[in-house]
Amino acid sequence: MRTFSYVRADDVDAALRAITDEPNAKFLGGGTNLVDLMREDIERPDTVVDITRLPLAEVEELPDGGVRIGALLRNSHLAAHPVIRSRYPMVAQAVLSGASGQLRNMATVGGNLMQRTRCLYFYDDAAACNKREPGSGCAAIGGFSRSHAVLGASASCAATHPSDLCVALAALDAIVELRSSRGTRRVPLVDFHRMPGDTPEIETVLADDELITAVELPPPPSGVSRYRKVRDRASYAFALVSVAAALDVQDGVVSSIRLALGGVGTKPWRAYQAERALLGAPATEESFRAAARAELADAVSLPHNEFKIRLAESTIVAVLRGMS
Amino acid sequence: MTAIGQAFDRVDGAIKTTGAAKFSADQTYPGLAHAALTHASTARGRITEIDTTDATRVPGVLAVITHHNAPKMKMPSVGLMPPVFGTTVVCLNTDEVHWDGQPVAVVVAETQEAARAAAARVRVSCSPLPSAVDFSTAEAKPQKNSMLQAGSARKGDALAALESAPVAVDREFTTPPHNHNAIEPHTTTAVWDGDRLTVHEPTQNIGGVRRTLSAAFGVPIDKIRVVSEHVGGGFGGKGLVWPGTILAVLAARVTGRPVRLVLTREGVYRTVGGRTPSVQRVAIGADREGRMTSLVHTSVTRVGRTGGGPEGVTIQSSHLYDARNILLRQNIAEVDLLANTFMRAPGEAIGTFALESTVDELAHELHMDPIDLRMRNEPTRDPIGDKPFTRRNLRAAYELGAKEFGWEQRTPQPRSMRDGQWLIGWGVATAFHPPVHLVANASLRFSTDGTALLRCGFHEMGMGAATAQAQITADALGIPFEAVRVEHGDSSLPAGPMAGGSNQTGSVAAAVHTLAPKLRRALGGEISVEALARKRKPYVEVSIGADSPLGRATGQARLMSKFLRDRRKGVRAVTGAQFCEVRVDADTGEIRVSRWVGAFDCGTVINPKTAASQLRGGIVLGIGAALSEETLVDPRTGRIMNPSLAEYHLPVHADVPEIDVHWLDEPDPTMPAGLLGVGEVGVTGAAAAVANAVFHATGKRVRDLPITLDKVV
Repeated sequence: MRTFSYVRADDVDAALRAITDEPNAKFLGGGTNLVDLMREDIERPDTVVDITRLPLAEVEELPDGGVRIGALLRNSHLAAHPVIRSRYPMVAQAVLSGASGQLRNMATVGGNLMQRTRCLYFYDDAAACNKREPGSGCAAIGGFSRSHAVLGASASCAATHPSDLCVALAALDAIVELRSSRGTRRVPLVDFHRMPGDTPEIETVLADDELITAVELPPPPSGVSRYRKVRDRASYAFALVSVAAALDVQDGVVSSIRLALGGVGTKPWRAYQAERALLGAPATEESFRAAARAELADAVSLPHNEFKIRLAESTIVAVLRGMS
Repeated sequence: MTAIGQAFDRVDGAIKTTGAAKFSADQTYPGLAHAALTHASTARGRITEIDTTDATRVPGVLAVITHHNAPKMKMPSVGLMPPVFGTTVVCLNTDEVHWDGQPVAVVVAETQEAARAAAARVRVSCSPLPSAVDFSTAEAKPQKNSMLQAGSARKGDALAALESAPVAVDREFTTPPHNHNAIEPHTTTAVWDGDRLTVHEPTQNIGGVRRTLSAAFGVPIDKIRVVSEHVGGGFGGKGLVWPGTILAVLAARVTGRPVRLVLTREGVYRTVGGRTPSVQRVAIGADREGRMTSLVHTSVTRVGRTGGGPEGVTIQSSHLYDARNILLRQNIAEVDLLANTFMRAPGEAIGTFALESTVDELAHELHMDPIDLRMRNEPTRDPIGDKPFTRRNLRAAYELGAKEFGWEQRTPQPRSMRDGQWLIGWGVATAFHPPVHLVANASLRFSTDGTALLRCGFHEMGMGAATAQAQITADALGIPFEAVRVEHGDSSLPAGPMAGGSNQTGSVAAAVHTLAPKLRRALGGEISVEALARKRKPYVEVSIGADSPLGRATGQARLMSKFLRDRRKGVRAVTGAQFCEVRVDADTGEIRVSRWVGAFDCGTVINPKTAASQLRGGIVLGIGAALSEETLVDPRTGRIMNPSLAEYHLPVHADVPEIDVHWLDEPDPTMPAGLLGVGEVGVTGAAAAVANAVFHATGKRVRDLPITLDKVV
């Protein structure tokens, strides 16, 4: 770890001032990923701006039936919140399937959106990585690629986004609220993370001087919902494949469907093609499989992650079958 | 009532649960400085430039030591009591890099943070040299026979018998490299006082650390004290001396300050060897009734070009089945990677996976119950050497385990048992481990307050070694368990054996059993406060062995003669039956172990609580090997890519079911108190039991560890 300056902001304006005034500064929330990466010498901020005292940790019910979640709400509080548990169970399930109790007690909602990939080569500063060092190449393509993406990858990067929560948020049409000294803007979660393309180092649309202040969930979709995570051990591992789904079936026909995937995409992956295939289709295993295949038709595998295409298909089918 | 056999709490339990126990890195000294390592990130090469400018500028840095300014250390040498260097490379005395991760600089600073920050700023340039780092393409050569380990063995003509066998299975297996991952990383606190050296170090081999430092720094052995009272897990990874230890001592000598080096987890992966990967072939031929006519087991393992030893992967195959013809052969491939080292049940841990998987395959071919098949081939004498077993009641272990598990409820057909979404499989495999028996120096004192003090420099790694010795001593003297105190983990005590090969409890017990009658005689025939009062002394003490050059040589001679005598006597081993139930998700292939029963023929159990923990711990390691553990060595570079507990997948609590362990509790007639070490046997057979259960659940036979879901989905 390198030496760095530490600044604590007591309100949002102070935080925004600090991030603008201090060169090469980063916001510090729970620190569960940032501090780790600083220890590994991957993140090298000159200043960290501690925002954990900002009053952004509330869950507020909105008049339209949605909720507004403060960006500094701890993951464990999010998962335990009665409104989240009763109306957005998929969110609680997603959070509880990630990390460990200790980490969830620290990690924040905003930080969860900003998590960086767990690609082994990104984490190793002796290896080539376009995300860590633009233009240096990608050691993962041709190396250990078991955890890598089959959707959304480019020739320069195939790293997966590791978040569970974001997969549920993608399925729920969440909106991310961003503030800067220039004002406030609202970005759909599905547009918040970027595809790697030729610039895998740019992971989100967040500007350098912007702060995530809240995540808003519209009213929950009708029907039942579920988050299912498939991984290499029973706990404390990142998803090989995860599925966030909300399904409503009327008279044997899919009347509402939300589907998002984790572990297979370079970003939290909303499965729009599968949704289009399913809406209005009979709620049968055949439809589910056809929809999964539609989504995965463009999947491209590396030497070690070909299994993810089959696994994603079977997991989607299993989840939808279990809900219908 | 005897103390042996009672489930006493560990004597170190309270201080460990309250945090009062002082581990090596808790030792503090005035003026303590901290060290950190810089590692090479080239497989093989020559250092062309090493730039320490930025590192030196970090505030608090005291010294940056590289091959340019490091004092010369001595080359490893061999002898009657050789040092135990993990690698032959004298780090910082050479500009040559031999493996990715080799330490090339050590930074000393006022704080650990400054030392680590500076170590990351040492810039190393290397020109590459030709290297071979890919085990899968490395050239393998036959392993030579040595006194300690046979590279090959045979009986009859197994290959011809295989050809003509009515039923035969012939399979290839692979196992990946593993790392120990003790919760306590390797740490060294080194303090020089003139030419006297004190080292606090978690080790399984106090004597080895002492001899090695003596050799490296040219200091007489008597001037070196090694203290290792509590060790936070070893599993073999703390059995040899790795570069960190030597460099911490070097750093203390260069700076004139006490120095502590705590390896990072990554540092442990890069500088402490792990378990070799293996490629194995097992072929078994049998008649239609399941009597084995041929057993072939061959292996390829790797060693580093600069250290590491062959692993006895085929050893259990010379003892487990009464095949008429047997062929065993071990091969070694040399690579430019960090030296391998022993890890819990080296050889048998991975050898039983291949052997016991193949036996299960044969049972399936024969439509025979896998336990019946094993019992049909259960030998009465050792199959190759035709020696007696010192004890062997594997049959009873299977009967006990099968009853506890409910094996007769199993339907033999794969995919025939199901619970909703879960495919259920039941698997079984044989566990086998031969504990070695070494010698220990020790002293035993009886004091006027009626207490006894056993002093022996053995190693307490959390397995309850001190507790067991207190129980053995109590019974040997006929006094209560509570009246015995045990001192261990210090080279200023009489020298204990190294902790390895499941020897320690038995080896120290033998010393206690020699000392107890000696003490009784010294007290005039009776161990009692009254007898001592008649002597008019505060205590009476007797000892065995002496810590002098002559005493050490005598001890070594005692050890060798015991080793050879033991081997002539017969084959001594713990055997057992591992039963497990797995659940495999029918859609995703996720595998969960849901039930475990292990039944062992392991001699007299000294302490049911600590023995059960040892066996369970081994089984947990076996579950890890079966399902998730793998050190990822990039075949292009030779670099370990997952040097962390996040990416090296040990089983977490949720992966481990309740593990039910049983034993026969029948003494081994050739061992003190009838005991056999159980530190390693738990891991053996475990991976095969899981693999066999996965086959039973899914119909899919996975021969390459770990059995991740992509291999069954």
